[in-house]
Amino acid sequence: MIELTGVHKSFGTLEVLRGIDLTVESGTVTVILGPSGSGKSTLLRSINHLEKIDRGRVRVDGELIGYRQAGDKLHELGERQILKQRAKIGFVFQNFNLFPHLTALENVAEAPISALRKNKSETYERARALLGRVGLADKADVYPRQLSGGQQQRVAIARALALEPRLILFDEPTSALDPELVGEVLDVLRDLAAAGTTMIVVTHEIGFAREAADTVIFMDEGRIVEQGPPARVLDNPRHDRTRTFLSKVLS
Amino acid sequence: MPARHPWRWAGTALVLILLAQFAHGLATNPGWDWSTFTGYFFEKSVLQALLLTVELTLAGAVLGFLGGIPLAAMRLSRNPVLAAVSWTYIWVFRSVPLIVQLLFWANLGYLYDKLQVGIPFGPGWSFSTSSLVSAFGAALLGLSLHEAAFAGEIIRSGLLSVDQGQHEAAAALGLPRRRQFLRIVLPQAMRAILPNAANLLVNLLKSTSIVYVLAIGELFYQVQVVYGRNGRVVPLLMVATVWYVVLTALLSILQYYVERHFARGAVRTLPPTPFQRLKAAIRR
Repeated sequence: MIELTGVHKSFGTLEVLRGIDLTVESGTVTVILGPSGSGKSTLLRSINHLEKIDRGRVRVDGELIGYRQAGDKLHELGERQILKQRAKIGFVFQNFNLFPHLTALENVAEAPISALRKNKSETYERARALLGRVGLADKADVYPRQLSGGQQQRVAIARALALEPRLILFDEPTSALDPELVGEVLDVLRDLAAAGTTMIVVTHEIGFAREAADTVIFMDEGRIVEQGPPARVLDNPRHDRTRTFLSKVLS
Repeated sequence: MPARHPWRWAGTALVLILLAQFAHGLATNPGWDWSTFTGYFFEKSVLQALLLTVELTLAGAVLGFLGGIPLAAMRLSRNPVLAAVSWTYIWVFRSVPLIVQLLFWANLGYLYDKLQVGIPFGPGWSFSTSSLVSAFGAALLGLSLHEAAFAGEIIRSGLLSVDQGQHEAAAALGLPRRRQFLRIVLPQAMRAILPNAANLLVNLLKSTSIVYVLAIGELFYQVQVVYGRNGRVVPLLMVATVWYVVLTALLSILQYYVERHFARGAVRTLPPTPFQRLKAAIRR
């Protein structure tokens, strides 16, 4: 279970997150929608402490992320502990961020070997299986630049899965892709959702939200404007801002 | 019917004529004195001097880059004191001409006649400076300190050229800090570091000729000694020149293969090496 309470974040004078309270149950899919600049990505990045929050708490399975509480004071954790926490949380970037000098297989196997100190040959075997799971069994020894955008993003998803994370965060996973490649990545996301992976997905793919999400969240100006099951939020939005946004996205 | 390019032909002809004229001059002008050149090219004292040049270059490069790594790390660190110290070092050692610096180190004894090792402001052991810093030591010290300033900047520029997304991805995967640097960032930085580092190395090779001011028997000093004796300036300068050209050629070949190694994944397919191209041409 992921719990955010009173999360605030500013960049200089710009307040990007203005008090976020959110609970995500394990095994569910949460889709975050909202106009650009609404704080979606920042929210996602604060869950694995890629972004340091100014106030509030982030807990994953009860464990405070990025901080240690002593009394009512928070102390930021050392880098080593933060890295350990991150290894339990998968993150998939908009621009894939695969390591270009490593093959697809090496990309997937890197973190289990060096962050979790897993056995090398077993990890490579598992990495091959993961590449198979995202439909890229034949691309194991290929470098990222030799792959299409959709294939690169699928390798990136396999790379996140390799850590056997408690949850996976997706930051606009299809926004950098050519339209005809979006489907293959969404198919992988649907498979993961069906397998009970805990996922939080920032996206503009309303169709995906409708069929795969358990909860849809609409954010604007650093706040959660409304949340609920997709049928309610997407088809019967209560707030004007949600309605305006959806009419723009769906038109 | 392909387009005609008459000016291309004219330009080619002009260049070929000039080249032929130059080659003719090289062969017929007695001033070049090729018999003296060949007599000294493999002469023992010249080869010994060449060896010293190579030693100075390699030692200077190794020490320079070993110094450059912490300088780059310090300038990139969030610690303002470390960053400022590194900035100042690079500023000073890039500003002072190498020849001035060499003379400075050689005359260190004039400034401090004893050097002391020990606890700051406490007891220690002292040595006479001139016994500690020989001419060779001064040359190596000067070259290394000078190289370190440039190497530090080259390494820093390479590290900065790595996309921020790579740092984020490595951090998000929870890779240990050392591993992030050695496995993810450095190999990618090498692509930007290598061509500049090779430039620096070639420059260093030639800069070793400046240490002649300390009367060290490297290549340039040695040919000066010889032509001081026999007065054949041009052929002996050519001996040194050709050796510098040969060494630079060897470095360039090494550079080509090292750069190729680090190009993995950066281009879709690596172009064939000249050697592979030659083999393919012969087979055809």
